[in-house]
Amino acid sequence: MDQFYGIFLYIVALLTMGGIYAILTLGLNIQWGFTGLFNAGIAGFLAVGAYTSALLTTAASERHIGGLEAPYIVGLGAAMVTSGIIAYVIGKICIRLRSDYLAIATIGIAEILRLVVKNETWATNGPRGVSMVPKPFETLPEPYNQICFLLLILATVGVIYLLIERARRSPWGRVMTAIRENEDAARAAGKDVERLRIEAFVIGSMLMGLAGGFMAHYLKFIGPNATDPLTSTFLVWVMLTVGGSANNKGAILGAMLIWTVWSATEIFTSRLPEELAIRTAYIRIFLIGLLLQIILQKFSKGILPEQRPGGQSTAAGQSTLAGRSTMAGSKKDST
Amino acid sequence: MLSVENLTKTFGGLTAVAGATFQIPEGRITGLIGPNGAGKTTTFNMIAGAMPPTSGKVAYLGDDITGIQTHRLFHRGVVRTFQIPHEFGRLTVLENLMVVPGAQPGENIFKVWLSPSRVRGREAEVLKRAEDTLAFLNLCHLRDELAQNLSGGQKKLLELGRTMMTDARLVLLDEPGAGVNPTLMKKLGEMIRRLNVERNYTFCIIEHDMDLIASLCDPVIVLAEGSVLMTGHFKDIRRDPRVLDAYLGGGEDD
Repeated sequence: MDQFYGIFLYIVALLTMGGIYAILTLGLNIQWGFTGLFNAGIAGFLAVGAYTSALLTTAASERHIGGLEAPYIVGLGAAMVTSGIIAYVIGKICIRLRSDYLAIATIGIAEILRLVVKNETWATNGPRGVSMVPKPFETLPEPYNQICFLLLILATVGVIYLLIERARRSPWGRVMTAIRENEDAARAAGKDVERLRIEAFVIGSMLMGLAGGFMAHYLKFIGPNATDPLTSTFLVWVMLTVGGSANNKGAILGAMLIWTVWSATEIFTSRLPEELAIRTAYIRIFLIGLLLQIILQKFSKGILPEQRPGGQSTAAGQSTLAGRSTMAGSKKDST
Repeated sequence: MLSVENLTKTFGGLTAVAGATFQIPEGRITGLIGPNGAGKTTTFNMIAGAMPPTSGKVAYLGDDITGIQTHRLFHRGVVRTFQIPHEFGRLTVLENLMVVPGAQPGENIFKVWLSPSRVRGREAEVLKRAEDTLAFLNLCHLRDELAQNLSGGQKKLLELGRTMMTDARLVLLDEPGAGVNPTLMKKLGEMIRRLNVERNYTFCIIEHDMDLIASLCDPVIVLAEGSVLMTGHFKDIRRDPRVLDAYLGGGEDD
């Protein structure tokens, strides 16, 4: 029985982290999937959200600033607001530039934030991080506290999904996708491309900040390791790509799937001989990269490709017309 | 309706447009012709706010619009198309049209969430207009096709269709006939004529197809090496030795 209980708790933990990653992936989907904004600094927005919520909700401590013991709702709200403000400032400066410059700028900002939380010890307790972050429902007995937290995450994912799926199907989603497809034509159709791109960037980054806040509360701790681009930025990009860019269901599916695989690789790599075990981090990345390749060979647009309202899937190369799509043509030789 | 004064654009050492001055009269279909590299598209780009001129002035309905951004000009009734079709590839044909109109409350995410009925109401109007436009263009059968799957000619029609989704006053068409077969070209000419008569659109058309220019445009402006060589009726232009020399060549155009 104990064994099943252990597996049960493992699954609860898996779904909880998977759900937090789903929020991150949905945020990236608004930026990249809908609007075509290349955010390579997901780790930075996650860190901003995590530290904001953690510092506001913990008890006062000499080791870090904040410590207001605010309710976690306030902490999470503030996490979204600060991430949104930072995204707005970055957007104001960089979004007029070509998209590759946005990628470079976001990498830069994420690195700066990582170094700040690592080195500004007076504010963030440096490499030792902020501990004793309160966790919602932690006063409930095991395993109910875990289950309630999971339900909170799943409900949040559900609400976010409903909101942004509705937005995607609305004229808002249509104009964002138009900008992704051809910004000059969007301008010629009277759209204020800069403003709309900033809007998408801010909304996506707010979700990333929210996910960061949840992560801090769930782990009850936040340290500079959480801002490692490998486990946040890279993994979230893999999740969105595998699940299906511009498809919200795909984003959630990709997050859950890749997080499960990521966790499973830990079980695998922990059984390796000791001399290999120290390299496990790289082996896990290698395995995820391999998985990405395999899935993209089979599903070039992700498992659940983009679906336009009224239209067919954008992965469909099997158009009724003679005109072949240039995007879908490249990797579909398997059919 | 639109007057261009001394418009100049230099790219580094290259002068693309050198002091072009001309007028686009209201209610007419003005042709803008000239050899490759004469600065036609650059002139369009400057009028439409896609790039600021090095010097010179553009006035529209008496207002100075020099350097005003494209999306703002759209709301004042200036609409342009592109030489290479700029379709929204992974939107459906219907969506390509529906995205165009201004004043869509549904483009505000909070209104999408909080006042869906208002969004739906406007969306129904936009849908109606888009379906009318598809019928006008004879593209109804491609309604839900992704625009990237259309043929070159169909993309050209869609490009024209997008200008019909707004209450445009001045429509700038950049080579609507490029790469279009003769049958479709004839239809395209009829459509432009109808829009001019029925909706009172003023057109300015860059085109290399002299049949289209001859059948539609009056006046015709000839640009060469960045400035206006002559302006007038096509009949006079095709006989003018300077134009023959610079562009039409040999006295016989095709």
